[in-house]
Amino acid sequence: MEIKKDSRLRNFHQAKWDEEIIFELSVPGERGILVPEVEPEIQNELGEVADLLPKHLVRKNKPALPEVSQMRVLKHFLRLSQETLGADLNIDIGQGTCTLKYNPKVNETIVRSHKASKLHPDQAESTVQGALQIIHEMDGYFREISGMDAFSFQPSSGSHAILVMASIMQKYHEVRGEADQRDELITTIFSHPSDAAAAAVKGYKIITVFPDKDGFPDIEELKRVVSNRTAGLFITNPEDIGMFNPRIDEFTKIVHEAGGICGYDQANANGILGITRAREAGFDMCFFNLHKTFATPHGCGGPAGAALGVTNELKPYLPEPTVAFDGKKYRLDWGNEYSIGKSRVFYGAFPVILRAYAWIRSLGAEGLEEVARIAVLNNNYMLANIIEIDGATSPYPGGKRRIEQVRYSWDKLYQETGVGTHDISLRMCDFGFHLWSSHHPFIVPEPFTIEPTESYSKAELDEFLDGLRHIAEEAHLDPETVKSAPHRSVVHKMEESCMDDPKRWAITWRAYLKKHKGR
Amino acid sequence: MNTKKDFIHPYIPNSVPANKEAMMKKIGITDIDQLYEDIPEHLRFRDKMKIPKAILSEVLLKKHVEKILAKNISCEDQLSFLGGGCVNNYVPAICDEITGRSEFLTAYAGEPYEDHGRFQTLFEYESLMAELLDFDVVNVPTYDWGQAVSTSVRMAGRITGRSEMLLSDTISPDRFQVIYNYCHPLMKLTMVKHHLETGMMDLDDLSLKLNLNIAGIYFENPSYLGFIEEQGQEIAYRIHGIGGEVVVGTDPSSLGVLTPPSQYGADICCGDIQSLGNHMYFGGSVAGFISSRDEEKYVMEYPSRLFGVTRNEKEGEWNFNDVAYSRTSFDGREKGKEFIGTASALYGISTAVYLSLMGPHGMVDLGKKLVSYANYTARRLAELKGVRLRFNASMFKEFVIDFSGTKKTVAAINQALLEKGIFGMKDLSPEFPELLNCALFCVTDNHTKDDLDTLIDAIREVIS
Repeated sequence: MEIKKDSRLRNFHQAKWDEEIIFELSVPGERGILVPEVEPEIQNELGEVADLLPKHLVRKNKPALPEVSQMRVLKHFLRLSQETLGADLNIDIGQGTCTLKYNPKVNETIVRSHKASKLHPDQAESTVQGALQIIHEMDGYFREISGMDAFSFQPSSGSHAILVMASIMQKYHEVRGEADQRDELITTIFSHPSDAAAAAVKGYKIITVFPDKDGFPDIEELKRVVSNRTAGLFITNPEDIGMFNPRIDEFTKIVHEAGGICGYDQANANGILGITRAREAGFDMCFFNLHKTFATPHGCGGPAGAALGVTNELKPYLPEPTVAFDGKKYRLDWGNEYSIGKSRVFYGAFPVILRAYAWIRSLGAEGLEEVARIAVLNNNYMLANIIEIDGATSPYPGGKRRIEQVRYSWDKLYQETGVGTHDISLRMCDFGFHLWSSHHPFIVPEPFTIEPTESYSKAELDEFLDGLRHIAEEAHLDPETVKSAPHRSVVHKMEESCMDDPKRWAITWRAYLKKHKGR
Repeated sequence: MNTKKDFIHPYIPNSVPANKEAMMKKIGITDIDQLYEDIPEHLRFRDKMKIPKAILSEVLLKKHVEKILAKNISCEDQLSFLGGGCVNNYVPAICDEITGRSEFLTAYAGEPYEDHGRFQTLFEYESLMAELLDFDVVNVPTYDWGQAVSTSVRMAGRITGRSEMLLSDTISPDRFQVIYNYCHPLMKLTMVKHHLETGMMDLDDLSLKLNLNIAGIYFENPSYLGFIEEQGQEIAYRIHGIGGEVVVGTDPSSLGVLTPPSQYGADICCGDIQSLGNHMYFGGSVAGFISSRDEEKYVMEYPSRLFGVTRNEKEGEWNFNDVAYSRTSFDGREKGKEFIGTASALYGISTAVYLSLMGPHGMVDLGKKLVSYANYTARRLAELKGVRLRFNASMFKEFVIDFSGTKKTVAAINQALLEKGIFGMKDLSPEFPELLNCALFCVTDNHTKDDLDTLIDAIREVIS
């Protein structure tokens, strides 16, 4: 179907280099970089290196890495970068729950300073005062954002922060002698999968509360499942469907009365900065993803980072070390009485913390609130437009408004045309967009989740909407084009079954050669 | 009432009144605050967050942050011999060029179509590491070495159906704390002693601790304390004898010269890729790898993303996608293997670039250089009065020096070195009671002979 004249859609084609696998570029003898030679005095003194090592542990076969000259290596990875869309080039609002916003370039300039990149974790504290100051000030800002009393930046990601919350919860019950009895963790189906999965790593039996007819987590169900076996509740709010649960403080009260503690998953905080906080909702712990709300780049899937906050009662349980300040000097503090120990080697994802620091300072309190307000405005603007698209719906009537994202459904379109959410995702590639479905299981049929953040202009939101409209219309008029997409992406529609077949899957090049080329 | 109309931040385009009003009109509201009407008043935060005022100009923001960072003294400002899981290896310019590319830096979770390059690059990362490790499966990077061991231990537990793991007692205590927290309370961790003279595992103690509840063993080679464990094959033999899994942690920068653990009996190999093309960032830019044979019983236990390749012969295209996605918690929530989320992919990309540049000869040259520098420095230091090499064993790039004979504490020597502009060594006294007044040194490819001699001369002066 042709692009309409008044549409903002682009006549797009993604870069397609047909680039080889790096091993195919190997030419024996080519070098990408040289290691400086060992000085002759040392060589003469020591003799053969092999003689300095245990004979049976000297590697016999050189690692079969490719041999490629420097510019060709550069070109190879530059081409692969061009075959990656990236939020900087995309209107990246189709990956709801993940808050793909603008990652300011000045933060990249700052983070490249050797005063950040070339710090070793075991340097004397007097030589890392700047780094410790950044972490300490961040602790203060996050107390304001959440109302909690102390923060750790040791968790490596949101999911990892959930693991740390589960560890703190478990230790808390251990100290009270109730850890064996309290073996159940309650979460909701519209909280991130890791709220269930990371808690299960600590041995918890997971109880999942489903939504009521309005789409809110069913409070009657919560009342039924709490007991003296309840260790705690991990819940997102707004949940992944984007509605704010107005009875959230009742949830924490119910769990507290049963003797459990409550962890607030604030991965979806972008619409509520300065608007509503964990403290007022009665939580004992919460965490924020620095790579989401706090604008650090996602890096193809990390580095990530999290700020994990607790009330004074749980402060002694935080991972060690935290950063203390006596008015003159910053120091690492190892004095948390019931500390869970460590969740990560050293002290946390410092480059991520540093970028998030710069972002917060750029905005200030007023700016953070403006971020939230515009993110919510953008989201409700998208909602008002998307529900007018034939075939798209926004399930759940509960909230009059949505906060920072909405989980929509293409089910009506699917029933009418046979074109479903996966087909539409792949067709969106043809216009330079990314559209994700949603986390499993698909409680909302044929789902997609849009989170526009504060970063994109109205014109860009309109362009994305034109993409959805075009494809929804195309699904009716020319479903085959949608179902056979992508047509203008890097590669064509692929056959996926081999990825689940142990005989055929190939997770490395050497495995591919063995399984498919008989080498 | 809207009080925000004057705040136009460069990061927030729709604060502009024209945009805002058009959008509010479409929604049918007159004030953005109406969008928060579902939040009850008692849950509203009506105070102001006490966060410093915005630094709106980019130049002033940059100056502000750089002024704080200027309080740091970096390993570029002065010499450093610190290691212990984070090293100041040289990072080739092209690594930074590639990881700084907008496309890689800001991509996240695109489909294998619009993010073909992300999938291919991380597949190549897996493949390059596989050659170094001589294993057919490598995961997309996890958080760090601590997480990589933790997951490897849990994999061993699931594969064997057993719940006790043996660990060498010479591993990094920092790392051990991570492993302990991750395994508690489902898996019991039992330490195996080492020989005080060599650092290597006490095989008698190992035998005493073997029984049919043991899921396997974890040890490191080269070890955290620098020595090379020579008994890998024997340890593996004994563990396999009781049906356990052998997990070995390794420094991948050693594998140009040292035999990879897969060749002496490891079932799972893990470690950190910080040393392969990544900076240090105060220990914050680490990333863990896990690898194994390509057998279903291992592959299906990884919680991580695993990217696979297939060939579309009709279109003449390489295709990449997730292998066995149903393993993951993305698919199965608490029924998935552990959990998965955003981890450390960009560091994997840097390592892919690094290994492509280094090639086989680069990794051999690097290994030889580090072994030479470590031995040279250790020998020279051991010639000083009151100073001795702690372990009678081969070394790779790190080694332990015992300063007990100097009548000076490591802390005092370190302070004196700092005054001479050297980050000297890691004090092991707080970590290992039997290593009182011992310290860990690390050499890198960033050093020259002059640097090594500077250290040796400085220590000579400090202790005399």
